[in-house]
Amino acid sequence: MTAADEREHAVSTTEPGTGQSTDRLAAENLLEVRGLQKHFPLRQGILFQRQIGAVRAVDGIDFSVGPGESLGLVGESGCGKSTTGRLITRLLEPTGGSVVFDGEDITHRSPGRMQEARRDLQMIFQDPYSSLNPRHTVGTIVETPMRLNGINPPQGHKKRAQELLETVGLNPEHYNRYPNEFSGGQRQRIGIARALALRPKLIVADEPVSALDVSIQAQVVNLLQDLQREFGIAFVFIAHDLAVVRHFSERVAVMYLGKIVEVAERESLYTRPRHPYTHALLSAVPEADPDAVERRERIRLAGDVPSPIDPPSGCRFRTRCWKAQDKCATVEPPLTRAEGSPTGHLTACHYPEEPTVTAREEDIVLDPALG
Amino acid sequence: MSVQTSPQPADVTPAPAPFLDVRDLKVHFPTEDGLVKSVDGVSFTLEKGRTLGIVGESGSGKSVTSLALLGLHKGTRAQVSGEIWLEGRELVALPEAGMRALRGRTVSMIFQDPLSALHPFFTVGSQIAEAYRVHHKVSRKEARGRAVDMLKRVGIPQPERRVRDYPHQFSGGMRQRAMIAMSLVCDPELLIADEPTTALDVTVQAQILDLIRDLQEEFGSAVVIITHDLGVVADVADDILVMYGGRRIEYGTTRDVLKDPQHPYTWGLLQSMPHLSGDVGERLNPIPGSPPSLINLPDGCAFHPRCGYKGWVPQGRCTAERPELRLVSGGERHLAACHLSDDAKQEIRGGDGPDGRGAAAARAAQ
Repeated sequence: MTAADEREHAVSTTEPGTGQSTDRLAAENLLEVRGLQKHFPLRQGILFQRQIGAVRAVDGIDFSVGPGESLGLVGESGCGKSTTGRLITRLLEPTGGSVVFDGEDITHRSPGRMQEARRDLQMIFQDPYSSLNPRHTVGTIVETPMRLNGINPPQGHKKRAQELLETVGLNPEHYNRYPNEFSGGQRQRIGIARALALRPKLIVADEPVSALDVSIQAQVVNLLQDLQREFGIAFVFIAHDLAVVRHFSERVAVMYLGKIVEVAERESLYTRPRHPYTHALLSAVPEADPDAVERRERIRLAGDVPSPIDPPSGCRFRTRCWKAQDKCATVEPPLTRAEGSPTGHLTACHYPEEPTVTAREEDIVLDPALG
Repeated sequence: MSVQTSPQPADVTPAPAPFLDVRDLKVHFPTEDGLVKSVDGVSFTLEKGRTLGIVGESGSGKSVTSLALLGLHKGTRAQVSGEIWLEGRELVALPEAGMRALRGRTVSMIFQDPLSALHPFFTVGSQIAEAYRVHHKVSRKEARGRAVDMLKRVGIPQPERRVRDYPHQFSGGMRQRAMIAMSLVCDPELLIADEPTTALDVTVQAQILDLIRDLQEEFGSAVVIITHDLGVVADVADDILVMYGGRRIEYGTTRDVLKDPQHPYTWGLLQSMPHLSGDVGERLNPIPGSPPSLINLPDGCAFHPRCGYKGWVPQGRCTAERPELRLVSGGERHLAACHLSDDAKQEIRGGDGPDGRGAAAARAAQ
């Protein structure tokens, strides 16, 4: 981190979070994220670099994760979901806001002190090819977290690593092999064994199955689900596949351009989405059922996600929204509890949808190329 | 080689010759480790105005098949055999010069990754215009006008201005639209789309799939769409061809294959995917193991090491004898390559209903 960055942090004010995502007390939560921001500076000039703007990748989000709970984080590419994952695990330094993990504020912890927190806070990465060191054996990869944290299991490092390999469904005799001898699905299992080595309380899984073949995805999803149930690990499950997130997460947050636009219990979000973006997202998921294709309503948004360098004023979704009014351009909608929802369905929209998916009869097609 | 001697039986084809008729296509690559049989005897037909979805995992040979349709294996080490008939012309034996005249004009392709398929040094407009000028004797100005028209047709805002942009100035969805514009600029009769939406977000994917469908209706072309996503084929395809280990294992109409699948691999694909309306309490039912190596495919049925139902077939035929693609009883053109008898399939799948017998059988078999 540079000195300039440090000044930036000192200047940035931490805004208190407005949305209360659940009825749990804040103290009971394993992870509390309040007003979290990450702005990547854009600089110009060769010698005297001046900042000409910032990519507002994550721009003030609040959420919490209870012990043993699985929170899904969905959104399209560029919405800031992966950045959020890296901020929680502190692989990136937040620009503003706070991350409280297990009762301790880790927002600006030094890398040395962060190591303690990482015992309980691990990450599974998307790409099983680049996230394993090709020159280390599987055994070394799985043992390293224990050695770095000075943990000496009673049965010894090797035995413990072999147990972990067995837990994730790999042959413990493969301890001395190198990552290149394994397939994508097996490599992802190695990554999971490494994340489990310290018995963490929370695992941030960043698109853990999207790089895998369809038939292998289900194996890894089942494994993660077993581990969650068996060891009571909380998960932040980041993915763009809405069906996988629905299967894995009890609560789901939808992100759009660095903001959370909707958070709710799984059932409530998928059957009664209130935010037009969530609605559009759900209608766009292709389903392998010819009958569903005929039944389904068609919402086709125009264009792509706007640039996070200069996001739209007011509601960020208004440029692609079919319900946008003048108010949407001026007032940013706060994340508020949806009417008539006791389960804590929060949505950030001035004109939320009626709580039913099938109410609408006609298609909404905003794309000029589509008739 | 005639159809009769092919190892897989000829499909039931209507009397007039189909628009596209692929017969016993084989693409083999000699390597240091042995012969990689990427595609090993694939046949299918396609009429104009229809869409065929080719489904399979990585290494199933679906992309290699599509490259063969475009003749892109010519001049490489690949050994291509079989026949590809396109409107009465045979493409496998066609020399490169002849293929060139067809490529882009009669047959064109949408590639998976638009960023690497578009040239970074030239403007989007000039690349689209080039594709047009190769096949039509027109001035640069006319070709540019055609490029603007095409960009407008695929829904790119301000096409007169964007035609001068470079690919990096386009977003992912817009690049894919530009690719589609380029592939449609000569009104091709056969359009091959190789994973056209895999790199895109769902909302953009839905736009692109709708666009391909709209354009197909407008131009009346035949479309081959290659994907690993059964949801995508359910959305756009009329017919589905499921590939595994370079061979066809199931072929039929979209409704037949998705609603009444007849091969355990297709069952596995359908069961291993979570659905938006599925029961979240239920565990996914994955296919065990991983896809086979194409150098030494398992003997017999290529899927048998991962199949939970080989115990249902007597005398271990699954491991000894490769199942022929045969007509599913009761179906007109629904083909599947599996030794399981209809009764056995009925019994296995009969329990998918409320009594849960099939699910129990599936668990017991694994």
